[in-house]
Amino acid sequence: MQKNVNVEMIDKENRSAVMVLELMVNNHPGVMSHICGLFSRRAYNLEGIVCMPIGAGELSRMWLQVNEELKLEQVIKQVQKLPDVVSVARHAAGHPVFSGLAAFM
Amino acid sequence: MYTMNGAQLIIKMLERQGVELIAGIPGGANLPLYDALFASSAIKHILCRHEQGAGFLAQGISRSTGKAAVCFATSGPGATNILTAIADAYLDSIPVVCITGQVPASLIGTDAFQEVDTYGMSIPVTKHNNLVRSVTDLLYIIPKAFELALSGRPGPVLIDVPKDIQTAMISFLKWPQPGCCLEQKPTDSSQLAMAAEMINTAKRPILCLGGGIIHAGASEAARALIEKSSIPATMTLMGLGALAADHPLSLGMLGMHAARSTNMALQHCDLFIAAGARFDDRATGKIVEFCPEARVIHMDIDPSELSKLKTAHIALAGDVKESLHALLPTLEPNGRKIWRNYIEVLQEMYPLTSPEAVVPEKPYGLILKISELLQENGFVATDVGKHQMWTAQVFPFTRPRQLLTSGGLGTMGFGLPAAIGAALAFPDRQVVLFTGDGSLQMNIQELATAVEQQVNVKIIVMNNKSLGLVRQQQNLFYQKQYFACDFQIDIDFAAIAKGFGMKAFNAEPGCNVAELLSVILTQPGPCLINVPVGVEEEVYPMVPPGASNSIMLGGCNAEKCKC
Ligand SMILES: Cc1ncc(C[n+]2csc(CCOP(=O)(O)OP(=O)(O)O)c2C)c(N)n1
Repeated sequence: MQKNVNVEMIDKENRSAVMVLELMVNNHPGVMSHICGLFSRRAYNLEGIVCMPIGAGELSRMWLQVNEELKLEQVIKQVQKLPDVVSVARHAAGHPVFSGLAAFM
Repeated sequence: MYTMNGAQLIIKMLERQGVELIAGIPGGANLPLYDALFASSAIKHILCRHEQGAGFLAQGISRSTGKAAVCFATSGPGATNILTAIADAYLDSIPVVCITGQVPASLIGTDAFQEVDTYGMSIPVTKHNNLVRSVTDLLYIIPKAFELALSGRPGPVLIDVPKDIQTAMISFLKWPQPGCCLEQKPTDSSQLAMAAEMINTAKRPILCLGGGIIHAGASEAARALIEKSSIPATMTLMGLGALAADHPLSLGMLGMHAARSTNMALQHCDLFIAAGARFDDRATGKIVEFCPEARVIHMDIDPSELSKLKTAHIALAGDVKESLHALLPTLEPNGRKIWRNYIEVLQEMYPLTSPEAVVPEKPYGLILKISELLQENGFVATDVGKHQMWTAQVFPFTRPRQLLTSGGLGTMGFGLPAAIGAALAFPDRQVVLFTGDGSLQMNIQELATAVEQQVNVKIIVMNNKSLGLVRQQQNLFYQKQYFACDFQIDIDFAAIAKGFGMKAFNAEPGCNVAELLSVILTQPGPCLINVPVGVEEEVYPMVPPGASNSIMLGGCNAEKCKC
């Protein structure tokens, strides 16, 4: 059985790792504000973001490079709560969307 | 085929939602909405005197009824004024639908007159928001707003409607279904079984009832569980009323201003069951030292609350009423004699009040006197400050939704408009407002609304001529350096109320307070009484902000306890 862990006690240093979240979201002008606003007001580290409309433009696909190992479950739950988010999938770091972009840096 | 403009469509859909009251203030950008509202016989508009008042008035309706309530504001300053009340609704999970006017779509982004980015500003303080981009979208957006406000964890939804969308014509064939509360996925049964096992084997459990119990209508379910397994229960500020204060297993409120015995019992519990509560820092104190010996079961409809601040050994995501119902048959009856005795000894050793403190001339006594006089089905509203905490500590709440108070945001100015909202929703019941001289001044203009609507609101101003709770913190934590907390002028609140046309009384020094209170409670319509309260009266005990709940300062038995 789990120990009685207080979330704030977890050692915050040296335990972060980059993850990539892939979201499907409703495509409208405010959706980026909703996603980015969530990360900034909850103090989650968002390092990269790529967003493109898909299909007829009703939906967009978004890739977020997130540097939050300990809070990752929280981050995902909060993202899932947004009514404009249709789905969330998680990938390890080094996702081709971002490695491809690295060529432009 | 139905043909109308966007504003008429909004009003018709609000009627179809069953909305009977809308609080608001008109302005240039929402005049088409008001023009359409004029034609509605089903909806009564309550004209407030400040949009923040309108937002809190809607909250008063919603908090007292459990239904979604609606408020209107115009663009720009109307929208910025109402946002505080929306943020307040967000932190306490209150279903409010706020509809703001916006400059015409063609002018958005041009710094037009009374243009602000209402959409952008409301993102962090709403459950969801919309900037309406076409009149046909309203057919979907309005019912969806009610569905979102009411479903799962409730919350406010804001809809920003440009003026040209309000005047645009639309034809459609079929009305959409009104939005309503959606059913939740059932709670995981294997987690429920583990929770039952944990409760059955616990020696010293405590159940904590939060605002979620009230939203879910789960207080009966909670009581059944509490009684079957003899689990002592504490409540958060938002949960007060979920279990009657005089129930033998009630521990009252926990946290910063709890009775010593309650925080002490929590320090020793071996199982902490949070039901619809979210581990707010005012409840837990320093979280790493909260319930240090306990395992944790956490029930919440919002999965993101589970393990947000304290890891739950068992997390029950789902409707808390369903979870409690499912647990009940699996619990073994248990008297828990030793644990209950232990708590009773603490309660006898560390009572919250003393005989000297409960005379009607003192804050506790005043509040208790009102509780004797108030009709059983009456409501109690508070503002924010000492008077709020005194009320939370000693008012014997007996039923959910009886207390209307700003918990999460702690907004001074909440009380008067919220009390008016409850009184409008329940015209044949009494509403008592405990307010402070500081808080009342934050929305004092709503005295006009109270008089205009002739609501049954009795306002008790506990007047200490100061921002009392701030003063108390300077007393305890800033070496008594009192600054910017004492008012330098004497305000005659009775004269002000009379100026608004309200009946008003002043409790002069030496008068019979108890008698005066019974006079004001039997007055028809709104009424205010100003009661002087000693500036030195503090709210004790008090856990210093950021400290562990085991450190409790002051109060009538502080010396007895060297903790
Ligand atoms: C809008 C707002 N501004 C400031 C505060 C900070 N604050 C908390 S309690 C308080 C004093 C309240 O004074 P009063 O209403 O007179 O109540 P008392 O504590 O004297 O009973 C203040 C300024 C607040 N809670 N809300």
